[in-house]
Parts: sequence; C-alpha cells; structure tokens
Amino acid sequence: MKLFKHLATSASALAVMATGAAAEISGGVVKIGLLTDMSATYSDVAGPGTITAAEMAIEEFGGQVAGAPIELVSADHQNKADIAANKAREWGDTEGVDAFAELVTTSVAMAVFEVAKQQNKIALVSGAASSPLTNDACIPTGLHWTYNTRALAVGTGSAVVKEGGDSWYFLTADYAFGEALQGDVSKVVEAEGGQVLGASKHPFPASDFSSFMLQAQASGAKVIGLANAGGDTINAIKAAKEFGIIEAGQKIAGLLVFLSDVNALGLETAQGLQMTVSFYWDMDDETRAWSQRFFEKTGKMPTGIQAGTYSSVRHYLKAIEATGSDDTETVLAKMREMPVEDMFAHGGVLRTDGRMVHDMYLAEVKSPAESSGPWDYLKIVRTIPGEEAFGPLSESTCPTK
Amino acid sequence: MLTDLLGFPPQVLFGQLLLGLINGAFYAVLSLGLAVIFGLLNIVNFAHGALYMLGAFATLGLMKFFGIGYWGALIFAPLLVGIVGIVIERLLLRRLAGVDHLYGLLLTFGLALVLEGTFVKLFGASGIPYSPPAQLQGGINLGFMFLPWYRGWVVVASLIVCAATWYLFERTKIGAYLRAGTENPRLLQAFGVNVPLLTTLAYGYGVALAAFAGVLAAPITQVNPLMGSNLIIVVFAVVVIGGMGSIVGAVVTGLAMGVIEGLTKVFWPEASSTVIFLVMAIVLVLRPAGLFGKAA
Repeated sequence: MKLFKHLATSASALAVMATGAAAEISGGVVKIGLLTDMSATYSDVAGPGTITAAEMAIEEFGGQVAGAPIELVSADHQNKADIAANKAREWGDTEGVDAFAELVTTSVAMAVFEVAKQQNKIALVSGAASSPLTNDACIPTGLHWTYNTRALAVGTGSAVVKEGGDSWYFLTADYAFGEALQGDVSKVVEAEGGQVLGASKHPFPASDFSSFMLQAQASGAKVIGLANAGGDTINAIKAAKEFGIIEAGQKIAGLLVFLSDVNALGLETAQGLQMTVSFYWDMDDETRAWSQRFFEKTGKMPTGIQAGTYSSVRHYLKAIEATGSDDTETVLAKMREMPVEDMFAHGGVLRTDGRMVHDMYLAEVKSPAESSGPWDYLKIVRTIPGEEAFGPLSESTCPTK
Repeated sequence: MLTDLLGFPPQVLFGQLLLGLINGAFYAVLSLGLAVIFGLLNIVNFAHGALYMLGAFATLGLMKFFGIGYWGALIFAPLLVGIVGIVIERLLLRRLAGVDHLYGLLLTFGLALVLEGTFVKLFGASGIPYSPPAQLQGGINLGFMFLPWYRGWVVVASLIVCAATWYLFERTKIGAYLRAGTENPRLLQAFGVNVPLLTTLAYGYGVALAAFAGVLAAPITQVNPLMGSNLIIVVFAVVVIGGMGSIVGAVVTGLAMGVIEGLTKVFWPEASSTVIFLVMAIVLVLRPAGLFGKAA
C-alpha cells in the first residue's frame, strides 16, 4: 500500500517538475530502498516503524530534494540474507534505487554491502549491530549509523564488571551478530580484569531457553551475558526468572535490549536491567516532540533503530540538498563533511571507515513504582562519549578507511 | 563415571533430561493432534502451529474480556479454537476430500500464514506476557536443578490428555467408528453412521489439542504470533518419525525427541535445532512407515 502511495505522489511530482528536472539527480528522482524485517523476530525493534521513521525524514523535506521528488520503496527481507541481496540487486539494477536503508540483521547488512559495493551505492545501516561492518567487513559506501556491538560492550559490559560481575557465561545467538557481540563484550570483560568461563550457542531464533539457562547456571559464572536480541532476549530473561536463576544470585546482562523488549516483558520482569541505548524518547524536548509524532503514527514509542533510520535518511537527504547531486562520491563527501545534527545525534561525525560516531547512553529499567505510565521505562545512568563507545579510528581494521 | 568422562557433571545431565521431557510433552500433545487429523481425515494440517498460537491468544483474550483465568482457559480456549477448527473443516477442508494430500497441505499452510500475518499486524512480534496461575508459581529445588511447579504441571497435564485421547480412540465405540471411517467410510455410512459429522468432530478435536498445548505454553513463552511457526516443522518431523497417524507413536516419539533435543543442547547446542531432522532422515531410510507406523 505504502509503495503505491509513494509511487502516486512521486508520479504527480514528476509531472509537475518535468520541465526543470535537476540535471544532477540520476533518473530525476532520489530513490531510497528500505529493507527490514516486517514480520519476524526483529519486526518490533525495526520493522514497520523504520519505514515510518524514514517517511518522517522525507516529510521534513516536503517530499522533494534538490528539485527532485524523493521516493521510498520498502521490502520485507525476513531476516534472510539471500532475499535481501536479491531485492537490493533488483532495486539497484532495474528500479534506479540510489541508496539502501535500515538493513537490520547482520547477515542481511553484509549481503547488501556486497551489492552496494558492486553497484557503488550508499548503504545506510541502522538495525544491524555487528562491529565488523565498519571493520573487516567494511565497504567504502557502507555507513553504520545507530550503534554497534563494541558500543554495547563498552556500555553494559563494563558497567556490569565494575559492579563486581567479573566472571561471565554467554548465551549467544548462533550467527554473525551473536559472535560479534560475544567477542566485543569478552574483550571488555577481560580488559577490565574479569574472565569468560564459557558460552552456549543457541539456534536463531530459539523459543526455549531453559536448557541454556541451566548450563549457564552450572558454569557458576556471576554474570550470564545474553548475546542475542529481540524475541530471543525476551524468552531468555523469562526463563531466567522462571528457573530462579536471578534469585539464586546470578545476574543477567542483556547486551542488546530495546525499548520494545522492555515493553513486551513488562516492568515487573525487566526492572533493574541495564541496557546500552543509542536513543531514548524521553531525553530532551526535541526527542520528546519527534517521538510523540512517531507515536501518533504507530502507537508505539520509537526504538533506537527507528530513530537512527530517521537520522541516517535525513542526513543523506541533507547532503543531496547541499550538493544538488545524488552522485555517490559527492554525497558521501558531503555527509562526512557535515556534522550529524538532529534529535538523534548532536555533532555526530561520519568517519571514513563508515562509522557514525555519536554519544551512547547506559540506561536502567525503572521499577513499576518509579514509572509514571506507559513507555516511561528507562532512566539514563551515564552518557558514553562517542569516542569511548566506538573507539578511535586508528582501532578500526577497515582496509579502506 | 561416564558423564564425568564426557566432561559434564551428572546434575547437568539430569536437569537436561527433565527439561527435554517437558519440551517433549509439548511435542507429544501437538503431534498427537496432527496424528489424529492425519489418521482420520488424511489432511496434513500445516495450520496446526497457527492454531496452537490461537490457543495461547484465546487464553489472553479470555482473561482480558471475560476475566476467565488460567484454569478456565484450559477448558474454554480449546473449546473455542476447536469450534474455529470445525468451521475451517466445514467451510474449506471438506471441499478437498478425495483429492491429493498436497491440496490440503497447501490450503492449511496458506491459512497458517494468513493467521500469523494477521496477528503480527495486530499484536507485533514481541509477544505479550501471561503469568502462570498463583497456585503454580515458584518451584522446588530437586538438588540437581530448580524445577518450576508450572513446568512439572505441563508434563502431568500433557500425559493425562494423551492418555485420554488414546483411550477415546482405541477403547471406545466412537473411536471404533472413527477408525472404521478411515478404513471404509462408505460402508460405515451404510450402517447408518454419520461419517461427515464424525470427521468434522475429529478435526475439531485435533485442533482443540493444539489449542490446549497453546494454553500450556502461554505462561512459559511470550504469547507470540510466531510461536507456532517455530514449532510446527519440528512437530511434523516427530509425526513422521512416529509414523503418520499413529497415536501411540506420536506420544512416545514426542517425548523421546524432546529428550534427544535436550541432550543435544548440552553436547552440541548449535545442532539442537537440527538433530530431530537427522533422526527423521535415518528413520525414513530404515523404516519408511515410521517407528510405530504400519507399512502400507
């Protein structure tokens, strides 16, 4: 439906500007292809909300940039890399898509990176978390916007170790993202003097975590680190509570928890959980105003991925506006030159390895008594400066940085 | 000791065996429903996972709109979803009687996608929590593990339902009619038995079993639109291993596969989602009709 709406608006816009089309805009239209998980495990953390967020960015430009209409197309990649890559290739080859956006799930982002590299198109990654996307797996046109596993490790991982959680056991989603997250957190834990006792890799997605929880319990580790996300994290936390793991003294560290997960678990179960977030709706007037508009459209408060999608699409469009061109190199150079300045990031810097460096936040889930109502879930405990969260550029192993 | 040799303390193994049995109880109830439906209607019911999900959502709905708690839901949710099943059978499946299995499979698969898609649209993919009843909160320390009362109850309830189903189909007159109906429906009809009604009720019963498993699952996992799609393929493998249409086969295999999966989670966690299919492949090669099936 959305697609048709976009097509209709852009068709009419095309007719209006048929005479004075911007010469520098390829095909006379700026077309963004958004690939996300519309129906499965990650559809609440990313999903339809990211489309709304991208639309909100486009609306800010009045649907036009540099005299050309902006068009958004979207598709459900079902968390499958092959589906995502095929769709991206089709969009790039035959439909004149200029940039890919969102790309939740690491395997998807990596597959679309391949296509973006071949087609020399910009990939604006918001949902995928793995730090390799701006390290070994980086491409010159791949931009990693919202967060990464290193930042999550620096946030939650080091906070937990500092509170005495110095021995860890991981429950890790058995794919690239889980591996990256476990690796990054292990580094932080060991650097802070803690030790990693072991890990269980669970299938993705998994519904029953009781068995893995029992193994984690038997390890005797003080902290059980959940290197997974979405529905997997929710079910793992539920199992930990059910099997008395928390009461018996072990601490659960959710390494990637989203606002939507807290909403699904309820404060009774989630209270006290520490989480590293790129964004929270209730930080300042700007975030509240934007989130309120988002809420009116979707009935939910935005997750970091959704807010990050807005920010990345907006910054991309701003660069086109400033240069009057949608040529990949021109736009990329401008995106790097301009600081990222919006309700999501203040003074964000886009590095040559593709990393967008901005502040991250360590948050704690409120208790039911502390919460004043729906969606009042987090308190920000600490602001993690961008450089600390994402590390210096010199640390990046991206060959083209 | 052998277990020490393998590097795992016996406590861990006992715990995993018990958890495997608990998961196996779900497999048993679900595959039992499938076996009943296949045995009596010759329908490969791919909507089973979605109907299981419907059972869990019915549990939530009963609480929200009628104030009916868990114990009431154990009866009313299967009843409601069973009625939905009867409607499906009357309106849709009946039209496919006598044609190739594939049509029934495609129809029910499509139905499952529509149901799940609708529920994702309405409720999102993160799911909604449902608390276990007050009587079953907490648990007992068995020495080798902490057993939540609720999980223990799941095994007991599942076994009772499985035993009752076996009795109904193998030892009562209605069961005899049903079995006769699969062998030779026209002859049975000639004796004055309403065969179409029997098959409708049998489908409703199979669906109600799925919904019953859904009620049992509601307090354990989030009530999630996709909870069935994650399970259904495994449950089909269980039915194939046990022998299509065999009631005893479905139950025994369900429990056994739960245990095998549980043990795999200890020794090679990554393979735990695959091991059942490995067993299925081996069984199909050695005994194509399944462990408890009768060769055609």
